[in-house]
Amino acid sequence: MYPKDLLYTSEHEWVKVEGSKARVGVTDYAQKELGDVVFVDLPSVGDTLAAGQAFAVIESVKSVSDVYSPVSGTVQAVNDRLSDSPELINQSPYGDGWIAEIEIANPSELERLMSAEEYEASLVGEEKEESKEDKTE
Amino acid sequence: MFVPHTPAERRAMLDAIGVPDIAELFADIPASLRLERPLALPRPLSEAELLGELQSLAAQNADLDHHPCFRGAGVYDHLIPAAVPQLASRGEFLTAYTPYQAEASQGELQALFEFQSMMAELTGLEVANSSMYDGATALAEALFLATAATGRPEVLLPRTLHPEYREVVATYLAPRGLSWQEVPFNSRTGGMDLEQLSALLGERTAALVVQNPNFLGCVETEAARMIDLAHQAGALVVMVVDPISLALLAPPGELGADLAVGNGQPLGNPPAFGGPHFGFLAARADLVRRLPGRLVGETVDRHGRRGFVLVLQTREQHIRRERATSNICTNQALQALTAAVYLALLGPAGLAKVASACLHKAHYAASRLASLPGFRLAFPEGVFFQEFVLEVPFDPFSLDDELAAAGIIGPLPLYRRLAGEEWKHRMLVCVTEARTRQEIDRLVALMGRGGSCHGS
Amino acid sequence: MAADPASSPPLLCERGAPGRRAYRLPPLDVPQRPVDQLIPAQARRRMPLRLPELSELEVVRHYTTLAHRNWAVDVGFYPLGSCTMKYNPRVNELVASWPGFSRLHPYQREESVQGALEIMDRLERYLCEIAGMEAATLTPAAGAHGEFLGLLLIRAYHRERGEEACRREVIVPDSAHGTNPASAAMAGYRVVVVPSNPRGGVDLAALKRMVGPATAALMLTNPNTLGLFEEEILDIAETVHQAGGLLYYDGANMNAILGIARPGDMGFDVVHLNLHKTFATPHGGGGPGAGAIAVKQALIPYLPAPRLARDPATGRLRFVDPGPRSVGRVKEFHGHFGVLLRAYAYIRMLGAEGLREVAETAVLNANYCQALLKKAGEYEFPYPRFCKHEFVFSARRQKQASGLHAIDLAKRLLDYGFHPPTVAFPLIVEEALMCEPAETETKETLDAFVRSLLDVAREAREEPETVREAPHTLPVSRLDEVRANRHLVLRWQNPGKREDRRLGEAP
Repeated sequence: MYPKDLLYTSEHEWVKVEGSKARVGVTDYAQKELGDVVFVDLPSVGDTLAAGQAFAVIESVKSVSDVYSPVSGTVQAVNDRLSDSPELINQSPYGDGWIAEIEIANPSELERLMSAEEYEASLVGEEKEESKEDKTE
Repeated sequence: MFVPHTPAERRAMLDAIGVPDIAELFADIPASLRLERPLALPRPLSEAELLGELQSLAAQNADLDHHPCFRGAGVYDHLIPAAVPQLASRGEFLTAYTPYQAEASQGELQALFEFQSMMAELTGLEVANSSMYDGATALAEALFLATAATGRPEVLLPRTLHPEYREVVATYLAPRGLSWQEVPFNSRTGGMDLEQLSALLGERTAALVVQNPNFLGCVETEAARMIDLAHQAGALVVMVVDPISLALLAPPGELGADLAVGNGQPLGNPPAFGGPHFGFLAARADLVRRLPGRLVGETVDRHGRRGFVLVLQTREQHIRRERATSNICTNQALQALTAAVYLALLGPAGLAKVASACLHKAHYAASRLASLPGFRLAFPEGVFFQEFVLEVPFDPFSLDDELAAAGIIGPLPLYRRLAGEEWKHRMLVCVTEARTRQEIDRLVALMGRGGSCHGS
Repeated sequence: MAADPASSPPLLCERGAPGRRAYRLPPLDVPQRPVDQLIPAQARRRMPLRLPELSELEVVRHYTTLAHRNWAVDVGFYPLGSCTMKYNPRVNELVASWPGFSRLHPYQREESVQGALEIMDRLERYLCEIAGMEAATLTPAAGAHGEFLGLLLIRAYHRERGEEACRREVIVPDSAHGTNPASAAMAGYRVVVVPSNPRGGVDLAALKRMVGPATAALMLTNPNTLGLFEEEILDIAETVHQAGGLLYYDGANMNAILGIARPGDMGFDVVHLNLHKTFATPHGGGGPGAGAIAVKQALIPYLPAPRLARDPATGRLRFVDPGPRSVGRVKEFHGHFGVLLRAYAYIRMLGAEGLREVAETAVLNANYCQALLKKAGEYEFPYPRFCKHEFVFSARRQKQASGLHAIDLAKRLLDYGFHPPTVAFPLIVEEALMCEPAETETKETLDAFVRSLLDVAREAREEPETVREAPHTLPVSRLDEVRANRHLVLRWQNPGKREDRRLGEAP
């Protein structure tokens, strides 16, 4: 469900580190929450990002979600296929649905990201949190 | 008065709720806030009394059915086929809300889809939204779009832009720290001054506005050149156009403009003392995600049948909230529908005939008026469609008094609507297809006589 | 890939025939000069104008067909929360069509439109009395337009106090209409969201922490979008005022308190009133509206152009320049007169008692439906209070049990002959359904509606697929919104190929 070779953020982005580059996308959990993706607003190659900065927008029919950069760096490549086929985010969140590749400026930031196990555990916590909120109603 | 409950029903409902009286349902309003007196309003009227009162108020108004109108300036008296209000005022259209539940709103959605299609066709652009409040706010929102798309802070407005449009744009731009400059016009043609335009265009220019015909009625024959200049400077071009004129004049898309806006009233909507009318907004396809307002798109249902839904709602306030492209929610759907019915009834040949009749009648009036002693066209080298500026040898306001006394809504005195002493003796004359030769001839005779009564 | 045109009523462009005509102009009675002499070629249209060519009867049938495919208040119950879909009296439509009102030019001499100006002047005064304010402008085109204007007034107020630069924030509750934050952003403000408390009101403690020298205004709907009256409104107002901010009243829910309580008395400084909701002017499938603004004394100098004033010498009404402190103009001409006229007629017919009865009955109807539904126990109700003109309940239980969403229940309700409540709003209630019956519905209608809601809840338990696949009895089944948004088709394609398409039409 959550590939072991990736790192994760609490905002449901994944990161695949390849040398000095980080390929970034959103997790399977995120794509299910979003529902059918109808549009992805991609960053431009050359954009400089700070960790935690919103750099892409994913839209479903009735929702809009920011995608936050897990690391600081410069956008090296974007997945242009998403312009015509936003459904790739749903169909292949870890594969053809990747969003951008970022040249990592500060590798130490990677240490703050979660492993697959940690991410999965955080999701259980999140679900519990949700049901607790509901009870207060 | 339109409340249906009998006292027994009211009692039964209160019992079901479990309260002794209605006041109990308002008990959470702090006592100090409860109004302990009736509102100070006049006593209620029965329907018959209301009709009587409104008849006497209507009788104090000089309506266009009984007073031939030679006034335009953004609102035009065109003929409206009887079927237009008959169809558009059907209760199913009149008393529907915004078509959020698409399956129950296919009629409205299809009608708006057809409206979008016809407005795109008229403007020569790829997409049109399903209406804005009016032409002026449509222009202001198009300029927001242009500043966002270009990342530039300034817009250029022609000095010949409708003055109320300029005021609205100024009001809208200010709180966002955006600014505007005016492009002067050529005093012989009444068109935008190209040299001054070139000088004003620059790296800060987000958009150039071209009104065609402009407020003075002049057709911008060099519009394509202006658009080229603006594009070379990296700016977008928003054209403000009259929809009827587009059957005859080059549409914004053909001239290369990026956006087109205007007041859609001429398409089958009565003048109604200034509203409700509707604004239209059309654009190049690549700007669609930046558009304000509702858009209807075609799709299919589960059985593959064609149907229509609201699309790109993520641009709108109910989803994107403070990041929406606009705050617009309620729009002018009924007026847009009215325009669609009008266009369906007129068809391409009918619309072309309306435009052609306006052109010829206005030119007939212009040549007769300009031949009166002391009268002349203010822009002798100008090209015009249905409106022109006439210089008169008398005080236009006195002339207007005379015409009103004769039962005519005369040409618009421009002094004080436009800044500067040069407008003191100028009037904006409008002649649509709804005016007859007899009415025009009478206007000419009265205006000619105006001199004998009021020496200047 | 493309939808089969035969599967739905033909589009206008699929009807008709080249050369067909519906409307004939009078013969041209003036001499004509060649068009080339009047308009040079480069300024004339070259593109073909591809509009439909139909007979009048074809146009009549087309729009009649479309009308039959549209839900409306005139057709049936329309309990869309936050929209106040009440009955629109027919007499209003009659008077609005009279030439003495519909055939007036906005730039006519004021002497020649005194009847129209009289109506506007009286309406301004009535609205001030109803809202408890000092002055009004009828210019704004709609509620959101009124919000934008109201915030511009607030901005001007702070500017004159030298505080424009520091007062950068507008506070809105998390339950607010989307127009509130959108209008604030348009007026150049940063939006700050104040949470709601467990009783559905503004969290006063949180608000107290939020307000300060950066606060320009708080925007509030009262009763709010949950249909609940802000019980602590006086404390809220004091908190904002003490911080130097102003209070903006979103009048979308004014129908609940007409003649019972007034925003002006609550401490609001600016109010917009949705004349097209509260004062029964029909919504037209999305508009037109009118969003009159009423203000307290301190904001009068900033009101927009044009202002209406009575000449003391002649007693005549005229438009006057609003002066240099005005925010300027927000709309061409003088507002939606046709809508203003209907609102005027409505207020005249109802008077003070009638308006109060409207509010009382709107609140009675909403509480009646809520009480019946609560008693049945199928749905969850997040707030244990009497409501005002509308109430919010949740389909969370149905979601947990059957995976159904509020929208599925809404679509199924269409099969029962009812327009569904507003769904998925307000955002703070999960799987929200927001129901506003309005005062003009009979007890029988309300009873039948509640029964249908309970039937749908039963179906959700027993046969969830029926609900998930709904609607089943409408002209179209569930429409593919994902496809519509991924592959945008915003206008008809190939209108030139009308001939081919017509062959595919249903007989």
